[in-house]
Amino acid sequence: MLSHLRPALVFVGGFTLLLGLAYPLSMTAIATTLLPHQAEGSLIRQGDHVLGSALVGQNFTAPGYFHPRPSAAATPYDAAASSGSNLGPLSQKLIDRVRADVAASGLAAPVPADAVTASASGLDPDISPQNARAQVARVAAARGLAPERVAALVTDQTRQPVLGLFGEPRVNVLALNRALDTLAAE
Amino acid sequence: MTVSGWLQIAAVLLCTLATALPLGRYMARLFSGERTFLHPLLHPVERVFYRLAGVTPAREQSWLGYSLAMLAFSAAGFAMLYLILRLQGVLPFNPGQLPGLPADLAFNTAVSFLTNTNWQAYAGETTMSPFSQMAGLAVQNFLSAATGIALAMAVTRAFARAGTDQLGNFWADMTRATLYLLLPLSILVALVLVVLGVPQTLTGAVAAVTLEGAQQTIALGPVASQEAIKQLGTNGGGFFNANSAHPLENPSALSNALSIWAMLAISAALPITFGRMTGSERQGWAILSAMGLLLITATATVYWAETSGNPHLAALGLDPSMGNMEGKEVRFGQAMSALFVAVTTGLSCGAVNTMHDSLTPLGGLVPMLLIQLGEVLPGGVGSGLYGMVVFCVLSVFVAGLMVGRSPEFLGKKIEAREIRLAVLAVLILPLVILGFTSASALLPSALASLNNAGPHGLSELLYAYSSAAGNNGSAFAGLNANTPWFNTTLGIAMMLGRFAYVLPVLAMAGALAAKPRIAASAGTFPTTSALFVGLLVGVIVILGGLQFFPALALGPIVEQVLMRDLVTF
Repeated sequence: MLSHLRPALVFVGGFTLLLGLAYPLSMTAIATTLLPHQAEGSLIRQGDHVLGSALVGQNFTAPGYFHPRPSAAATPYDAAASSGSNLGPLSQKLIDRVRADVAASGLAAPVPADAVTASASGLDPDISPQNARAQVARVAAARGLAPERVAALVTDQTRQPVLGLFGEPRVNVLALNRALDTLAAE
Repeated sequence: MTVSGWLQIAAVLLCTLATALPLGRYMARLFSGERTFLHPLLHPVERVFYRLAGVTPAREQSWLGYSLAMLAFSAAGFAMLYLILRLQGVLPFNPGQLPGLPADLAFNTAVSFLTNTNWQAYAGETTMSPFSQMAGLAVQNFLSAATGIALAMAVTRAFARAGTDQLGNFWADMTRATLYLLLPLSILVALVLVVLGVPQTLTGAVAAVTLEGAQQTIALGPVASQEAIKQLGTNGGGFFNANSAHPLENPSALSNALSIWAMLAISAALPITFGRMTGSERQGWAILSAMGLLLITATATVYWAETSGNPHLAALGLDPSMGNMEGKEVRFGQAMSALFVAVTTGLSCGAVNTMHDSLTPLGGLVPMLLIQLGEVLPGGVGSGLYGMVVFCVLSVFVAGLMVGRSPEFLGKKIEAREIRLAVLAVLILPLVILGFTSASALLPSALASLNNAGPHGLSELLYAYSSAAGNNGSAFAGLNANTPWFNTTLGIAMMLGRFAYVLPVLAMAGALAAKPRIAASAGTFPTTSALFVGLLVGVIVILGGLQFFPALALGPIVEQVLMRDLVTF
């Protein structure tokens, strides 16, 4: 066993330098040089402050904004503490929560499933197009906009599967709400 | 289930199959000591390591020497990681000024990454500094994977050779797996992940003011470099708590497809390597077919169960057409969530893009069973291959008992000693999983950690110990596992699942290497036929089923029945 001590220490130490420092630091240098936007978290800046990340969901509660999915993070959409609900399918807590969310949303059956179920991360940036369309009437009324214009905006913001194959049709809530602000300001 | 869903699943699996052949042959050359196209660049680095370590790569080891080298390396890796985690508070790159980890959590985490489990009793973004993630956890992501591949190569050589006790040199195998395989692939995958939106920065977190004027702190870090090896090495330990469901670890459907490919790539290629090195590429394909058959069946089951949805929620007026969306992300959809669930547990990866705790009962049974079947479908890098070899040995033995053929595998006579060692290895899982689950079910303090009541609570315990002993690392994550009891017992389960499993396997390899390779005769049961693939699948399923059916019946199976009657807990 003692004859293995030297190689064990050398390999663990050497690989810590190579794989634990040289590899991630050189990847960081390359990424921040070539792709600074992605490397820094795809941040959206407005003036001198950060508005959020294009990839990370944020919470919206005002009736004049489209609402994201329920978030199971301790504070909804806390991007420093991601979490799902981890409630099982027979959980009374799950069923009570969904019932309350259905009632609060004012949506009629069939309720889009993603509108009242918590995402895996608690940070889902997207909602389904059905969910967005179901919110059009509320948003249009709150903003004093014609529902057709808001509906057209939803269609405009709906992203199709990549290469027509990978992923699902979806709407990024932050992008949709920013476009909505622009529309309302016109 | 939809056509486009199945097309996505097929596309990822076909890509994996397409890369398995070149990657498998590349590994066969690499571990036979031949030159590869990367040698001009990396051979000097390799030689520096050997010189500093005083290792002669051509000096091979017996099974015992190989095992001792592996154990010494693992012990040193454990000590290093444990110290980094305990001393985190005084180490650099700690912008969040996070403190060192308590002893039980540091023990659990160090064992977890050392054994390629990557069970996480902590939340990454609130517990680990970028330094701990990079220099501590990610290093073991590489080295535990390289160790697994090295062990698989030692077992492979036992069949390729005859009349020797030499299985290779552990240090050379481990170094080559790291330098020529894992590191270059990780660099490639990390760069593509950055292009797709995964951050790679030393910034700890950014403060944002949302459109509604609320504060949002966005945790960042060197995510892409870690994510790449997390998937390629079938480690599965996420940078963030939500793992591959987190939009910064897995921002899009494309990054998701790439993640699934990266998980599968090496494990799907290793059977080809095994076939080539033992002189029977058909044997490699036969093993890969058995893995693929069970993995596709598992994917279809999860996909069907999840799109069937939860009748409780349908009763509240939810549109059933989207299936069970609790614990899933919109951008992945049901098909690619289901494939991820099956792949991450068929492999011993344990990354998750879906919260397994919130799967339907049947959808949650599948990942649990895939782990309990021994993590061979296709299993973790290396560990999946040597696990599968154990099942092949057991299969020819069973065939021998059933039809009177002489039990041989690749020209090696399988005798009492090999069977005893193989059975010793496969008995570790039920012992550890069922033993610790029963003990926890009797402990009120352990039951206080459950997030769900009723049969789902038992599933949380059963899943935790299956995941630990199978070195998977995924969880029914509602269980609060960061307690001294769980940290300690799960740590022990992970160690037994790795080392108590592989030592008898190496001993078996030692015994097999010494035997001559005899030519196939009329009495030999052919091991490359469809019949053998069927037998192998049967042995895996029946062995796993017999061991775990009673426990599963009390968990997910009874839960599935109760769900139809709209029972709640």
